[in-house]
Amino acid sequence: MTEFVKPSIQYFELWPLLAVFGVACLGVVIEAFAPRAVRYTAQVTVALLGLVGALVGVVLVARDVQSYDDGAARGILAVGGTIAVDGPSLFIWGLVLSLAIAGVLLFAERHLDGGVSAFAGQAATVPGTDAETAAIAANSEHTEVYPLMMFAVFGMMLFPAANDLLTMFVGLEVLSLPLYLLSGLARRRRLLSQEAALKYFLLGAFSSGFFLYGAALLYGYAGSMDFAAINEAVRNDVGSSSLLLIGTGLLSVGLLFKVGAVPFQAWTPDVYQGAPTPVVAFMSAGTKVAAFGALMRLFYVALGADRWSWQPMLWIIAILSMFVGAALAITQSDIKRLLAYSSVAHTGFILTGVLGVQASDQLAVGEITSLQAVLFYLVTYGFATIGAFAVVSLVRDSGGETTAIDRWAGLGKESPVVAAVFAFFLLAMAGIPLTSGFVGKLAVFSAALAAGAWPVVVAAVLASIVAAFLYVRVIKVMYFDEPVGAGPSVAYPSVLTATTIAVGAALTLVLGVIPGPVLDLAGVAGEFIR
Amino acid sequence: MNLLSQSVLRAAEGTEIPVVAPDAGAGGVFDLLWLVIALPLLGAFLLLGVAPFLKGSLKEAVDKHGHLLGTATSVASFVLSLVLFVSLLGRGEEERQIGQQLWTWFETATISVGMDLLYDPLAALFLLLITGVGSLIHVYAIGYMEHDPRRRRFFGYLNLFVAAMLTLILSANFVGLFLGWEGVGLASYLLIGFWQHKPSAAAAAKKAFVINRVGDIGLSLAIALMFATFGTTDFAAVSEVAGEADQGTLNALGLLLLLGACGKSAQVPLQAWLLDAMEGPTPVSALIHAATMVTAGVYLVVRSNFIYELTPVAQTAVVVVATVTLLWGAILGCAKDDIKKALAGSTMSQIGYMMLAAGLGPAGYPYAIFHLLTHGFFKANMFLGAGSVMHGMNDDVDMRHYGALRKAMPVTFLTFAMGYLAIIGFPGFSGFWSKDRIIETALAENLFVGLLALLGAGITAFYMTRLMLMTFFTEKRWAKDVHPHESPKVMTFPLIVLAALSVLGGVLLLGDWIKKWLEPVTGTVEHHEPPLPAIVITLIITAVVAIGVAAAWFLVGRREIPREAPQDVSFATRAARADLYGDAINDAVVVRPGASLVGGLATFDRVGVDGAVEGGSAAVGGLSSTLRRVQNGFVRSYALSLLAGALLVVLALLAVNLG
Repeated sequence: MTEFVKPSIQYFELWPLLAVFGVACLGVVIEAFAPRAVRYTAQVTVALLGLVGALVGVVLVARDVQSYDDGAARGILAVGGTIAVDGPSLFIWGLVLSLAIAGVLLFAERHLDGGVSAFAGQAATVPGTDAETAAIAANSEHTEVYPLMMFAVFGMMLFPAANDLLTMFVGLEVLSLPLYLLSGLARRRRLLSQEAALKYFLLGAFSSGFFLYGAALLYGYAGSMDFAAINEAVRNDVGSSSLLLIGTGLLSVGLLFKVGAVPFQAWTPDVYQGAPTPVVAFMSAGTKVAAFGALMRLFYVALGADRWSWQPMLWIIAILSMFVGAALAITQSDIKRLLAYSSVAHTGFILTGVLGVQASDQLAVGEITSLQAVLFYLVTYGFATIGAFAVVSLVRDSGGETTAIDRWAGLGKESPVVAAVFAFFLLAMAGIPLTSGFVGKLAVFSAALAAGAWPVVVAAVLASIVAAFLYVRVIKVMYFDEPVGAGPSVAYPSVLTATTIAVGAALTLVLGVIPGPVLDLAGVAGEFIR
Repeated sequence: MNLLSQSVLRAAEGTEIPVVAPDAGAGGVFDLLWLVIALPLLGAFLLLGVAPFLKGSLKEAVDKHGHLLGTATSVASFVLSLVLFVSLLGRGEEERQIGQQLWTWFETATISVGMDLLYDPLAALFLLLITGVGSLIHVYAIGYMEHDPRRRRFFGYLNLFVAAMLTLILSANFVGLFLGWEGVGLASYLLIGFWQHKPSAAAAAKKAFVINRVGDIGLSLAIALMFATFGTTDFAAVSEVAGEADQGTLNALGLLLLLGACGKSAQVPLQAWLLDAMEGPTPVSALIHAATMVTAGVYLVVRSNFIYELTPVAQTAVVVVATVTLLWGAILGCAKDDIKKALAGSTMSQIGYMMLAAGLGPAGYPYAIFHLLTHGFFKANMFLGAGSVMHGMNDDVDMRHYGALRKAMPVTFLTFAMGYLAIIGFPGFSGFWSKDRIIETALAENLFVGLLALLGAGITAFYMTRLMLMTFFTEKRWAKDVHPHESPKVMTFPLIVLAALSVLGGVLLLGDWIKKWLEPVTGTVEHHEPPLPAIVITLIITAVVAIGVAAAWFLVGRREIPREAPQDVSFATRAARADLYGDAINDAVVVRPGASLVGGLATFDRVGVDGAVEGGSAAVGGLSSTLRRVQNGFVRSYALSLLAGALLVVLALLAVNLG
């Protein structure tokens, strides 16, 4: 029994993490003590200030990080080695925080639905009862969504920075639980939303079980939760390799569930369809970023020496995700479900980058590393997705958002700007040149190719063709199909949503035309601390 | 000054090929070099990119006065070019190559292309020609386009053209040159089709664009080949290492560049677009299709001298193409009744002369550029004169409806006459000096080619005299409601300036100035002695010209000219009227086989590709519908699939590693 030692906490390096956590707690306090009238303003202000403060912190820390242990990686291990504040962590933090700022803007949007937010007036009321009607009439709304989101952001930052299995699990849960709740808070179509939340929760809990069991098995193998120690054990080939393999497999299940890879994708379409659109926008972008960060840290740091045993498994998962995601998206009639399956396909593309890992001495000079490629892809994907979902929230009819694709017919005439922006996001997702999506795909494909995974790349290119079809189909509907009935109408957003869309579109264009700076930044992020 | 510039490549016949070695950061006024391009570009941006988005009275003001802005940027560019030229004159001969690196345009692991400029004696002359003649034509167009509702846009296009042409000339590498090359192609397309309501103008624009694409493919392939062979397209770097490439590559480079030059400069076999291009407004014909853009091919060949000097095959091809074209264009000029088309045929022929000189190597390069400059003056002069005539004749272009206009339009007549005397090579006029030198050099290099060039001079004299007689002399054949009148001052002023230049352009040759000036670019070579003393050759040329003029006088001037073109004419006339069957040849050789090929491909696409795609999409769709059933909405099924997936992952891991 080792004695408990109080860990030292590196307040400067952990400032972004602590700021977000502090803001989340402050949000709870505001919810308890501030009068109802000022809560919205207070919550939005506090959340935005906290996120911006954290983002500034990330920049300051990133300017300051030193080489760790004289190795290639830069950063420190904080809180007794449980949290790695290194280049990739900081990059992902910056990305998550930027996406979260966009998310807060979408959460705070009150123009689209007659002066109320997209969240239920009184979530505790049963749909269809007098109590609900009364809540709607009172124009009440849940401002708890902001602290909930802040907790989720905290989890998204902890998850990829976790340097041992237990911290990673804590991060996973902290990120997931608020999202389960948020998914059930839609103002309209509440039953669908609540069903989505419950499904998400049940399946999430199930997958967490796998993760935990995998962690236990790996502990049994290596005798430690710490990634560096596990890496050491794998190198020295101690213990039973079946413990290692099964542990690896079960841990991957937990992580692959979070990123929505096939065959763990079943929850995505249902949750994306049911959850409030701002939540989907934030969650689809943020969760994927965080979970891929964690996935890469686990596989590269803890299991890096065992690369040959898990790469084939990822090959299969990547190929399956790309094809099943793209194929299923084709027959969807709901835009949010379509985007859900498209996100599954993107998971496959990102995995293509992940499995392109090589030992650093095998890399040619100036060659793009798989980590760099994936980080860049995550930036492109994150902003295109959050922008696309933001556009989805604009297209409405009397019953709220119009998510049926055939109701989008004629949008090109009704609102040329909205249709053009959405078409642009779709083209980016399809990976058309001059959009960020093209450069992202090019980066992950070349990383995988350099690692010799050409069958996956061939499959990925073929899957891109299928995927391109589904995006172009939506564009065709918007521009060339005759509108059904009165056709879609577009609600005018406030500056909040408009900013998010504009920034998303601008980044998507800029990263497609001059990807250099961000690609370099991802390269400067360097390696994980091992 | 670095050492590189002193090193020279040595090829056959003791020819010295100079290495381009710009002196970066010359400082002073040369730091403003980029501004020469930026000014007209700004004008184009404001007139085309900003003006359409203005509202209300501001927009009205811009529509009304936008042409002044366009003219001002061009004039400012000219003034700057003049200052630069004077500064360059003030530098020593060894220091007349000035580079300016603006920014890295694009960069990959193996190649890097900079947005670099090169200002040397060759570029300096072009700068003056483009901005000088360009500014005069801007001024002229103020009057010519006065009643056109889209005048602002017209000036925007003109500015765009000037900016692109300057980019072409000032680039320090072939990629930048290609940027300008495509830019002038675009501007040319937009301006030929400026009166887009006329189907003939739209068709002409399309034809010019398509034929130019063929040439552009040659240029772009040449650039690709340069990247593959040398890893760079900088003039400086290529000129230094060109000698190390093998002969086959050099031949291919030379021929591909020639293909590019043929497209842009309307040389046979890519000549068919130029006559149709006369559908554009006349200032456009003068600026783009006479004075500047169509000479870009000559510039390309002269600029690429470090390649051509190493490939006699390509040089021979240049000479052949040029000789054919100079006769081809001259013959067309004899039969056309449309004044602008007759002038266009003449342009084609004169560019043939320049190409011929460029194909003759270092002995000819300076004269190619010299003739290019004098031609820029007198041909712009005559095109603008033709525009002035059309202006007075209700836009009628048929010379059979003109006649005796010398009294109605005295200024136009006198200025046009200066251009006429210059082009036929009347002793003392600018064209005399430049053409004489080309024919002389050709005779010295190759007797047969020289004789053909001499013949061309005779034909030139014939058709230009015919044009002159039909327009300004002979009896009136005007339509009933036409009242010819002199054009406004804003149009005649440029005519007067250009006429003066047409007369005096020959001074550039004083003391062989232009030859010495261009020496750092074109190199030197021992002169081959012509077969006869130079003075005798000059006399012979003058005699041939006189015969051409006399023939026109007897065949045209002394006879009555019917208002309708007679149909019972000789085969030769019919052929010339039909552009020597250029279109028919294109049709038979390219269009019809191309159409069959495309038809075949379309069938293959429909049956093969579409079949595969539609089959594939049906398969994917079927798969999708099947898979969709798994997504049944029951969370228990989802959990089961999750479990199955977990099993799959674990088993796959175990199977791969323990199996």
